[in-house]
Amino acid sequence: MDGMHDMGGRDGFGSPQVELSEPVFHETWEARVFAMAMLITAAGVCVPDAFRHAIEQLPPDEYLRRGYYGRWLRALERLLLHAAIVTPADVAARDPDGEAPITALPAVPFGAPPPAAVLGSLRVLETPPRFEIGQPVRVRSLNPPGHTRLPQYVRGKLGVVDRVHPGWVFPDTNAHGLGEDPQYAYAIRFAGEELWGPGAERGVSVCVDLFERYLEGDPS
Amino acid sequence: MSDDHRPPPHVIRAEAIESLLTEKGLVDAATIDAVIEAYEQDIGPMNGAAVVAKAWKDPDYRRRLLDDGTAAIAELGFGGPQGEHIVVVENAPTRHNVVVCTLCSCYPWPVLGLPPAWYKEPAYRSRIVKEPRKLLAEMGLDLAPEVEIRVWDSSAEVRYLVLPEPPADVAACSESELATRVTRDAMIGVARIDG
Repeated sequence: MDGMHDMGGRDGFGSPQVELSEPVFHETWEARVFAMAMLITAAGVCVPDAFRHAIEQLPPDEYLRRGYYGRWLRALERLLLHAAIVTPADVAARDPDGEAPITALPAVPFGAPPPAAVLGSLRVLETPPRFEIGQPVRVRSLNPPGHTRLPQYVRGKLGVVDRVHPGWVFPDTNAHGLGEDPQYAYAIRFAGEELWGPGAERGVSVCVDLFERYLEGDPS
Repeated sequence: MSDDHRPPPHVIRAEAIESLLTEKGLVDAATIDAVIEAYEQDIGPMNGAAVVAKAWKDPDYRRRLLDDGTAAIAELGFGGPQGEHIVVVENAPTRHNVVVCTLCSCYPWPVLGLPPAWYKEPAYRSRIVKEPRKLLAEMGLDLAPEVEIRVWDSSAEVRYLVLPEPPADVAACSESELATRVTRDAMIGVARIDG
């Protein structure tokens, strides 16, 4: 889905605010939300892909307003509700004045976590990679309604294979319990001008890690 | 009407969720504390700094690090979540590498710890792929026009670590001295090593 999270190339956000000697966590609740998310993922309640998708599901204004761990908290709650580990009534009982939990399903529902959720996402593939280093490839123009790791700013663009990575679980299906569909990923290098047109900064290229299903050979 | 002593809504909610998960037996306070302590004390940029300093002093290690980052980093005892497959990219006088995750906040935790706020915020994520030269200059890193910039968007499961250029006095310094001079920002690629 093309949510607010897909930020590459958006304008208007100003300059990064760099904090010197920044603590790992600014507030206690942030640290505890981080640890809870780590622990429920390790316990197999959800795969990291589903957690990312729950964050992406936030309406654009909320995505920006809640801040980083605010997004994590909302995503954590939503996945716990989905897994029926907690109920809306449980939440309301502990936080009677708080906002309502999100109980709606996303456009493509979260699935049940696969049993291999604790095994990480690297997979050994029997088949060779479809593309090789130096090969020109074009990114398919896809707009998946569910989770995807295909950023908008490279869709339809022409790049070159810079690195062939190992095989991984495919986030687009894995986030929804639709199977692992393991496949190679590639670092695809794009010239700045290909992405941003003739006004692009000189001497810049962007390498984006893309799964094989996002790519097609370029016949030209 | 309002009670000024009440914690903010997100704090109340986080406590509510923690108490529910504790009751269900999915988490307990001690385990949560241990996870937090690990990321506050043990898993941070000092790990990456040790890797970088060793690569500067030991050419064989540098080669192994560039060939198979995950394995070479594991030699120093570092690995774990968000470090299943780490690729190390090396800076040179005419080529500068910088890392981002435009879709979320992917980052090589075992060697850098958790990312700083600016790495997770929209300004950096939106602009570094589009106008890296300008943005790096705003962040204090002026690169000459002839220096090629390579931006790495960690949009899949690879996590990237930048091997910065060593300082001029690298030969005169010990590995442990050098490690104290390696900064987190240089290993992301938004700064250089002083000297």
